[in-house]
Amino acid sequence: MASETIALTAAHDVPQPIGTILHDWVNTVDHKKLGILYILYALVFLAIGGIEATIMRIQLIVPHNHFVSPQVFNRMFTMHGTTMIFFVTMPILFGFGNYLIPLMIGARDMAFPRLNAWSFWLTAFGGLLLYFSFIGGNGLYGAGTAPDVGWFAYAPLTATAFSVGHSTDFWTLGLLVSGFGSIGTAINILATIVCLRCPGMTLGKMPLFAWLNLVMAAMVLLAISPLTAAQMMLSLDRFLGAHFFDTLAGGSAVMWMHFFWIFGHPEVYVLVIPAFAFASEIIPVFSRKPIFGYPVMVAATICIGFVGFSVWAHHMFTVGMNSYANSFFTITTMAIGVPTGIKIFNWIGTMWGGKIIFKTPMLFCVAFLFQFLIAGLTGIMLSAAPFDWQLGNSYFVVAHFHYVIVGGILFTLFGAFYYWFPKMSGRMYNETLGKWHFFLFFIGFHLTFDFMHVPGLLGMPRRIYTYEPGRGWEIWNLICTIGVFFQIAGTFIFIGNLLWSYFKGKIAGNDPWDAWTLEWSTSSPPVEYNFAEIPVVKSRRPLWDIKHPEDPDWKYE
Amino acid sequence: MSSISSAPSSMDQPWVLPSRGRVGMLSLIAAELAIFTIFVVAYLFYIGKSLTGPLPKDVLELPIFASICLLSSSLTIHAAVSALRNGRVGTYAMWWFGTMVLGLIFLGETAREWYHLIFDKGLTISTNLFGTTYYSLVGLHAFHVTVGLICISIAMVLTLLGKVKQEHSERAEVFSLYWHFVDVVWIVVFTVVYIIGR
Repeated sequence: MASETIALTAAHDVPQPIGTILHDWVNTVDHKKLGILYILYALVFLAIGGIEATIMRIQLIVPHNHFVSPQVFNRMFTMHGTTMIFFVTMPILFGFGNYLIPLMIGARDMAFPRLNAWSFWLTAFGGLLLYFSFIGGNGLYGAGTAPDVGWFAYAPLTATAFSVGHSTDFWTLGLLVSGFGSIGTAINILATIVCLRCPGMTLGKMPLFAWLNLVMAAMVLLAISPLTAAQMMLSLDRFLGAHFFDTLAGGSAVMWMHFFWIFGHPEVYVLVIPAFAFASEIIPVFSRKPIFGYPVMVAATICIGFVGFSVWAHHMFTVGMNSYANSFFTITTMAIGVPTGIKIFNWIGTMWGGKIIFKTPMLFCVAFLFQFLIAGLTGIMLSAAPFDWQLGNSYFVVAHFHYVIVGGILFTLFGAFYYWFPKMSGRMYNETLGKWHFFLFFIGFHLTFDFMHVPGLLGMPRRIYTYEPGRGWEIWNLICTIGVFFQIAGTFIFIGNLLWSYFKGKIAGNDPWDAWTLEWSTSSPPVEYNFAEIPVVKSRRPLWDIKHPEDPDWKYE
Repeated sequence: MSSISSAPSSMDQPWVLPSRGRVGMLSLIAAELAIFTIFVVAYLFYIGKSLTGPLPKDVLELPIFASICLLSSSLTIHAAVSALRNGRVGTYAMWWFGTMVLGLIFLGETAREWYHLIFDKGLTISTNLFGTTYYSLVGLHAFHVTVGLICISIAMVLTLLGKVKQEHSERAEVFSLYWHFVDVVWIVVFTVVYIIGR
């Protein structure tokens, strides 16, 4: 241990030319560096997507506002949705997975390091392609710039007749390319977890983080591929004059909806399962108790993985399906609430009777529990087809899924940032600034998204660029927009905290949280080969066994 | 290193996990399967929905010879891999070359069929829904055959240069999984396009 720390500080002290450092990062196949590249890349897009959201909220702050034109507004909601799903949440979760999975299962790298680098650069290129549309989308037609067909791009809006120029092509190709990257990463995560676990780590002794990412990776394989297929069809339609979604030639626009949502709904679980994984690591450590109901957690996750593939058409109740399809998708959608509920009970069971420490990561995870519960409840409301006929495509739906993605996923992500920042950087973050971030973001989130349900109930449809006064929507829209500024303030503190702590933070040491999984047994930041000696584990909490040789876990498991 | 090995060892039996090559290839096949499923569903859904001709029953002929070639290439690649596993490099090279020839014949037959459809029957991808779904599904499969043939050719060149030895048999086996998958998909495509679709 000591010799490595010395080697590490020595390497830090010798200043290297910027060219060498850049060369190292661009050429790297190290899972930790690629993980950090994923995360930084996603943070840049988080800022861009956030700016787009802010532009929309400013436009909607009062009725008849002229902040942006309707055309720009359409581009903003399309780019915001696409960016946040494909170029923020997916890469950031892959980044954490990449960084943490080999460390947690006691491996030296991912199963296919070069595939890993290839996947990252494909994803990065996909994002650039999407944003290049601002410059290149015009094509030769003098048509619109960025894509403006909505993030689910329903046919026939995407037909060449209605979407002239190349904006939709950039959208299609960007997602196609980054989709290949996602499939590559999913293959890598699966192979890593199945084939590279350290001796003694049977499937039943893996950290829940690895289990949940295993399920996530399997879902990516089966969920992203339909999107890839659908994007191929759309490209064939647009470039070669095929008729998949061309209703004039007998094609079907509803087919696109099915293909998109067969990807689109499992995608929600692809995003939320890693968020569950963060919560399942953070909550036990800050409750000073092992996770409650480990086997049930695994079973519930696998159950979500299966049922998640049979709920997609609840996005299409308003399209008009027969009563059998409506009943089927209502029932499956309600059923998927059961394993999710089991998880919430397990996290509460973990906290119950524990010695809870409210550090910033824990605060974010506790907020996540409550917010995700509410998001689930509005989800159950919307799962009833008649209720959805009333509120489908309204701001109620917008509020619901932002509750899932911001209130659920982003909150645990912030928690994960604070929890693993000491491991990744070697330094502690500033706890006071962390708490400021939490409370500002918490207030902002609730101002924006709690009150967003109301205009939806009052009949405000999504994706309108302005509205008439006198419908009772004004005050709610005003409150929503005010909340955004609290969120922006919180995010600035977050970025500032990361930057300041990276340079000036207190040295963290190997194990600042007195945690139990293998990543805390190695140095912070870990050396390139992770472990000088491949560890051997006997229980789900290998570090507990070392710290408490008189009362090890493996006696009871 | 704060190593965990200080814990009493219970490693009586050796710690063996599945090979990463095989798991990776099976994962890739799962993803490919999902892509093909979408195209097959689209094909089945659009059967009989074309507004204009030509229709499948007018222009399609059963590609029996091509199918026999492709399906038997599964047997030859299996023979090649087991020969390499036993260290018989010469036998391996012969079967591997056979696989390559059979794959090339299949691709040539597809090219001939497409030429016939395009220039004699006037069916292109933009003619009608049959053309759209036919060329995309068969084309997607032919693309996978092409990728497989590129890999086979690279391995063939390496074999001729004497670089392929017994220790590479696992790699050959991992690749053969892909080739078997392409063959199985052809059975599905054949059933859907040439039997149900006609």
